[in-house]
Parts: sequence; structure tokens; C-alpha cells
Amino acid sequence: MRRVIFGSEARVLIALIALVAFGALRYDNFLGAFNVLSVLRYNSMFALISLGQAFVIMNAGIDLSVGATAACASVVAALLSPYGLLPGLAGGVGAGLAVGLVNAFMVARMNILPFIATLAGMLMASGSGLLLAHNQSVSVSYDTDFTSLGQGDLFGFPVPAWIGAAAYVYGSVVLNFTGFGRHVLAIGGNEEATRLMGLPVDRVKFWAYVQSGVCAGLAGVILAAQFGAGQPAEGVGWELFSIAAVVVGGTLLTGGIGSVGTTLVGVLLLGLIFNVLNFENGLGWISLSAYWQSVVRGVFLMVVVMAGSGARKALRAV
Amino acid sequence: MADAPTLPSPRHAPDVAAFFRRYAALTGLIVLLAFNMAVTPHFLSLQTLNVNLTQVATIVIVSVGMTLVIATGGIDLSVGSLMAISGALAPLIFLSPFGQSWPLLADAVAFVVAIAAAGLLGLFNGWFITRFGVQPIVGTLVMFIAGRGVGQVLTNGNLQVFHNPTFQFIGLGRVFGVPVQVIVMLALVALAAWTLRRTLFGRYILAIGGNERAARLAGVPAARVKRRVYAISGLCAGIAGLVVVSINSSSDANLVGLGMELDAIAAVAVGGTPFTGGRANVVGSLIGALLIQLLRYTLLANGVPDAAALVVKGAIIAGAVWTQSRGRTA
Repeated sequence: MRRVIFGSEARVLIALIALVAFGALRYDNFLGAFNVLSVLRYNSMFALISLGQAFVIMNAGIDLSVGATAACASVVAALLSPYGLLPGLAGGVGAGLAVGLVNAFMVARMNILPFIATLAGMLMASGSGLLLAHNQSVSVSYDTDFTSLGQGDLFGFPVPAWIGAAAYVYGSVVLNFTGFGRHVLAIGGNEEATRLMGLPVDRVKFWAYVQSGVCAGLAGVILAAQFGAGQPAEGVGWELFSIAAVVVGGTLLTGGIGSVGTTLVGVLLLGLIFNVLNFENGLGWISLSAYWQSVVRGVFLMVVVMAGSGARKALRAV
Repeated sequence: MADAPTLPSPRHAPDVAAFFRRYAALTGLIVLLAFNMAVTPHFLSLQTLNVNLTQVATIVIVSVGMTLVIATGGIDLSVGSLMAISGALAPLIFLSPFGQSWPLLADAVAFVVAIAAAGLLGLFNGWFITRFGVQPIVGTLVMFIAGRGVGQVLTNGNLQVFHNPTFQFIGLGRVFGVPVQVIVMLALVALAAWTLRRTLFGRYILAIGGNERAARLAGVPAARVKRRVYAISGLCAGIAGLVVVSINSSSDANLVGLGMELDAIAAVAVGGTPFTGGRANVVGSLIGALLIQLLRYTLLANGVPDAAALVVKGAIIAGAVWTQSRGRTA
């Protein structure tokens, strides 16, 4: 069983390496510092929401609210940015925490299906963001160093990429070395059995959604800091992007199996496709409109799912 | 669901409570109607009725297909993207040189091809899900992501503006004063309700949703039924896409059907169809969509901003599903 899972992990990693190698050989400057750093800077937001999503999905749930939560958090962060970096950060993360708590309450306490509960959470987060921002984007204060959270560098590396990397280290440790992480996987594998074993199912579920809210809140802070504005209408479709990234990373939507590292690989794969398309257009041989990127992403997801279905069958046979 | 089953109550009073929980959406709709009659000015007019019905029609049309999909225990995230494709295809056909030469024929071709394309892509969803044993969320996520891209690539992301009364009859026409899309909506609801109740295909859908393994062992052609159900959902989305572009007199692949999957799923959920499959309530989906629409109308008509209406909508969806799930276990 271990071998089969390793197989799917290795496959996404090989796909990523192949894509990077393709880009490096075909385009000048693909592996240049500017391109690498801007890809990391931009995709750190998606990495964060996908991390929270991965835990929820391993738990056999789903979180549709991550995009709206990030948008709402970006507004709160922008509103608080005149008071400094920390208040802005705390405000955004607090907004994410609040949405996460509402989702967690609906799923773990009221026993509403995750799909519906987080759909409701999404509408509430999106509405709150629009209300706070009066239906417009809120510009961030440049008098404080708040924008360094999105635009700054630390040791030659973008700050958002540091935040993303720290989150993934945290996620990896939590999933592999703490009771909470093991319980998340156990519940996803078989909730009834886990409950009968006496594990605190509802509490674990609760914190998985809270964690996803906090991750989305952090992504919202980076969104505001990076683009200089809190954007209440942003984040549409992010939830589905993050689900796709998690699935590409080999985490089963039925829960019980998954990894934090391959989720990051999934995010990078989906992000790099866009990057490669840009470079391809730059070559001038063909001109693919930006609209092709969603077609390519969709087809890519399809291929991954097809390849994964073989691995799943093998897993079932074990 | 893990709660211990409670014994049936011996007296009448709890039954009333159970009745209201079971018909939470209908009760909510009636309460809202009564509230509006008392508070909102000019509520009881034909115009109010028409405005609300035309706005809700596309959601209901999509919800019909969605109800069938959910009844099999699945879900269809691709409906909004399929609307964008059908909405992009039809004007491409009747605005083309061919369409200029033979307008009437082109309108008919545009109509059929657009809806058929959406239906075929729906069929592809069903094939993908059944052939590879993919979860419906992931299987239709592929089409959700790729489908809108296809619509955008077809039109190069441009807005197509048109004026074509024959074609736009489906969105702007009226029969005896009733908007055509409302008639389409009611016809589809009736057809789906009849199918579920009276046909073998309908019973197969419910059997698969109830217990797919058992249904398959009993000889139900589960894969074929599921493929057809996703195709039907695609057809419904195709029709809804044409209605939307007809109303707007323009087609924008970036916007047509955006977020429709969640609106339709919300309507089905509020209407009382359980997501575990095996039961379907098409009329309930109609009531659910009406409830959500009327709620938004009520809030807007009484000066509540649209953003606040979103928050209330979220709370209502969660509340309705919660009361109904309690109603089922009680």
C-alpha cells in the first residue's frame, strides 16, 4: 500500500520536474531569478488556500468558502493597514478565523453537509467583504510597511513565499507528527470507525475548518499587500482552483489519504502552466490567448484524474 | 445522523412541528409572500410577478437537471460553463455569413447546435465519471475549468451583441402575456417530476442514488443511466444559456452562467432534495429557487444592500438544510 501511494507522489513530482525542464530548455530566462521569484510570489496565495483545503479534503470534507474568505480578509487587512503591518495582518487572519469558525460550527456542530455549509459560509464571507468595502476595492496604506507582506523580500526571497513555505512546514509537521494530523486522516478514511474508537471526531473536524479559514485569511492579507488593495470581488473560483490543486497533488477527495508536500507540487504545476503559456506566447510562434490557460488546466486535471484512477484501483485491490 | 433515533411522538402537536420542518421551504415562501403583501408597496402586481419569474427561470431550468444529478448521488459543477458555451455558440452561428444568408434556418441551427453541444459535453461528464470511477465533484470540475475557457476561446473573449427577435423569442417572447422562459421552466419541472415518478428511467435514477451497488446487482444499467442524467443536466444548462443571452441581447462568455452551479445547488438543497441521493423533489427545487429569489427581492425592495442580501441568503440556505435534515431524522 505504501508503494502505491509513493507511486502517485512520485508521478506528480516527475510531472513538475518535466514541466520545469521543458520550460528551462525552451525559453531563455525561464529559470531566471525574476521569473522564479514572481511565480513564487504570486502562487503563494494559492499555496495557502490549497493547504487549508488539503486538510479539509483529507478529512473527507470540502471548503467552498476559501476564495470569498480571502477576499473578505483582504478588505479587512486593507482597512487596518494604516495602523501598521501587524494590525493589518491580524485583521486579515482574524477575518479568516471568523469565517472558519462559522463553517466549523455549521459542519461539526449542526451536522450540515460540508458542501452546503461552506457554500453558505462563502456567501456570508463574500457579502461581509462587500459590505465592509462598500462594493469597491479598498486601497492599502503605503505609509506603513504593510505592503512588504506582499511586495517585500527577505534574504532575497519574496516575503509571501516565506509565509507560504512556513505554512507548509507547519502543515507537514502537523499532519505527520501530531495526533490532530493523524486523526484528520483517520476520520477521512472511516469516520464511523474513528468515532467508535473514541477519537474526538467533531473536534478534529471543527479545527480542520478553522485552520482552512486562517489559511485563507493569510492569503487575503497577501492579496491586499501584493496588489495594494483589498478586493471584495476577488477570489471567485479560487475554491475550485484549490480543490483542483489538491486533487492533482494526489489527495483523494474521499478523504483518508493525502500529503501536504504533493499539494504544493499540485499548486506549482497548475501555476506553472500559466507561466509556460506566457512564455510560449513570448516566443511568437503561436499566439495563444490567456483563455487557453483554463482549457489547458482543465485537460491537465482530466489527465491527472485518469492516471490516478489506475492507482486508486490498485489501492482498492490491496 | 449519529444521533439515536427518537421514538415517534404519540401526540399531535409535535407532528405539526415536523410538518413545518419537512416543508420548511414552502413555509418560508408563504411567510415571505405574506410579509411582502403587508410591507412592500405595489407587491401584488403582475409586473412584480413577471420580474421575479423571469429572473428565477434560468436558475430553475438548471436546477431541474441538477436535481436529477443529485438524486443519483452526484453533483454537476459544470452547468455555468456549459451555459457559457451554448450562449457563445448560438450567436456565432446566426451572426456568421451563413446566418446572414438564411436567417430562419440559421436560427434553428443555432438553437439546436448550441443545446446539443451542451448536452454532448454533459454526456462527456457522465462518461468520464462512470468510465474512470471519478468522484462527480472532480469529474465535473474538469468541465467547469475547461468549459468556460472553450467558450472564451470560441469568441476570443469578445462580447457578441445582436438583435434577433426570432431567436430571442426564448428570452423575450410572451405567450398570452406569460414570458416564454417561464413556460419552458414549468414544462421542464413537470416533465422531470413525471419522469421521476412514472418512468423506469426515473425509478432507476432514485435506485442508483439510494444504493448504487444494490441497484447494479439488481440489473439497473447504472453507468448508462448516470451518463444520461449528466447529459440531461447539460441540455438544461444549454437551454438556460440561450435564455440568458437572449435576455441580454448579447453574449459574454466571461459572464454567462458565472456562479450558476452554486445557485442551482442551493435551490436544490433548500428544496429538500438530500445530497446523499435516492430522493428527488423537483417541485421542491422550484420552490427553493423561488424562495431564494423572493428573499433577495424582498430585501432589495426594502432598501437592504445587495451585499447584506448575500449574507442573509447564506444563512437561509444553511438554515433550510439544517431544519430539513432534522425533520428527516425526527
